[in-house]
Amino acid sequence: MDVLGSLGVFLPELALLLGAMGLLIYGVFQETEDGDNEIVPLAAIGLLLAATALVALGGGVDAEAFAGAFRIDAFSQFSKALIFGAAAFAILMSNEERQGSGVRRFEYSILILLAAIGMALMVSANDLISLYMAIETQSLALYVLAAINRDSHRSTEAGLKYFVLGALSSGLLLYGASLIYGFTGATGFDAIAAVATGEEANPGLVVGLVFLICGLAFKVSAAPFHMWTPDVYEGAPTPVTAFFAAAPKVAAMALFARALVGAFPEAVGDWRPVIAMLAVASMAVGSFSAIVQTNVKRLLAYSSIGHMGFALVGLAAGTERGVSSVLIYMAVYIVMTIGAFSCVLLMRRQGGRTESVSDLAGLAETDKSLALILGILLFSLSGVPPTGGFFGKFFVFGAAVEAGLVWLAIIGVLMSAVAAFYYLRIVKIMWFDEAAPAFASGPGVRLGLTASLSAVIMLPGLLFLIGPLERAATSAAASLF
Amino acid sequence: MDIGLGHYLSVAAVLFATGMAGIFLNRKNVIIILMSIELMLLSVNINFVAFSQFLGDLTGQVFAFMILTVAAAEAAVGLAILVAYFRNRGDISVDTANLMKN
Repeated sequence: MDVLGSLGVFLPELALLLGAMGLLIYGVFQETEDGDNEIVPLAAIGLLLAATALVALGGGVDAEAFAGAFRIDAFSQFSKALIFGAAAFAILMSNEERQGSGVRRFEYSILILLAAIGMALMVSANDLISLYMAIETQSLALYVLAAINRDSHRSTEAGLKYFVLGALSSGLLLYGASLIYGFTGATGFDAIAAVATGEEANPGLVVGLVFLICGLAFKVSAAPFHMWTPDVYEGAPTPVTAFFAAAPKVAAMALFARALVGAFPEAVGDWRPVIAMLAVASMAVGSFSAIVQTNVKRLLAYSSIGHMGFALVGLAAGTERGVSSVLIYMAVYIVMTIGAFSCVLLMRRQGGRTESVSDLAGLAETDKSLALILGILLFSLSGVPPTGGFFGKFFVFGAAVEAGLVWLAIIGVLMSAVAAFYYLRIVKIMWFDEAAPAFASGPGVRLGLTASLSAVIMLPGLLFLIGPLERAATSAAASLF
Repeated sequence: MDIGLGHYLSVAAVLFATGMAGIFLNRKNVIIILMSIELMLLSVNINFVAFSQFLGDLTGQVFAFMILTVAAAEAAVGLAILVAYFRNRGDISVDTANLMKN
């Protein structure tokens, strides 16, 4: 086995890793009084862009490294581009935070880089061992990120809760992996696929598969394994929450797809009902629980649970169309989410940040452009045509219907109608309620640009971009089958 | 009586269930949760090593070593977060970790 050849396949991650280590050393030696550093975030963004370029350069070839544990193909490339982009935006968004909120420390950018490496490994993992190691690489960085504002009660409590439930989910995932290994005698996805033909149902293997799915469902925060999401999203500093809502979801969903489709392609009958149940539960929890929320970040947490439910509808189809619809949905989802969180980050009052929905009242009078941008994003999140969110749902439900899951698509459409209620309620609060005091101004050019960019992509942009996006997602999905 | 694969798997399953119960039933101390997590991970190791021996395949033992390494890293990060939490709250009881409630 050629280790040097493997390193070539591994180049984008290797570049990120070496860069992150170098920046860590640089940051430690250049540390200022308050830990603030202007160069590290910029360098981190540069590294992420370079890694994206390397991923794109290695395009079109399917290659394996480290004895098949690490695999690059169109699927991993598509996901990595999304992940690196979302990570770069997460660093960009933190730059206009006030001092002392933790995210201005140089460690923030480096932790995001390390988490991005973990996520890149996740979407390329082609073996149960590399799957577990990648998830842990990502998770350990994310636990620390949640608690990065270490002087805040809320931030440390969020970190603690995330850690406990994340470790629990790793335990479930590992128990499943051990049973799968025991009953197939292999840890590589290809070798497992050769054994797990689904003809005679092996109870041990099915139990292992269900445990594995439960562990992964924690990572994508699908109901009923979602209980950590609202607390962590509310407690973590807002730029961190924006990152949590975007990149790790893409990575975990891509890993989910590769683990199920790559390792259990024949056993589709065993995992489809489980995924469909998770999808229904997530859509229901996301839609109904969000209605009573008064905190914007908590509301967006339930919204993300609901969105994961919709994406799982596509995965439940288990077909090539299904996987490509999941990728389209995730691409649309992270753009919307980053935009929505940029708007939340712009909600500032004297002496800090406000997070209450009622603070948005009458925003159309005090800040018309922000109200317009947030309005477009909320319409898109609820899936109203012709916004981007509609296309995401359209492909997902289309794939489900094609795979014979008409009932699931119908439930999905009904749930998105329920979800539309609370999104549109915010639009109503912004445009028709009596105005609350205006938000304090502050540095917000980058946030404003990020929010407008995502709104532009959602409303007119995706009408033109959906063709290329669908082609990219289709070829990405084809590389899994 | 011969000790077979089933015995090992049963012990691992009991330990795993104990660990899980420890996480959900314990209301007093977060340290106990960390211990329960460790118990879950180690019970999985018993599974892997037992399967590895039974199958005559070394991959399972390699996996067990990976888990040991990661468990150590995880404990380090977990304890660090716990220390930061304790400094803010002066208390590590599970019941009081409820700053955020819907």
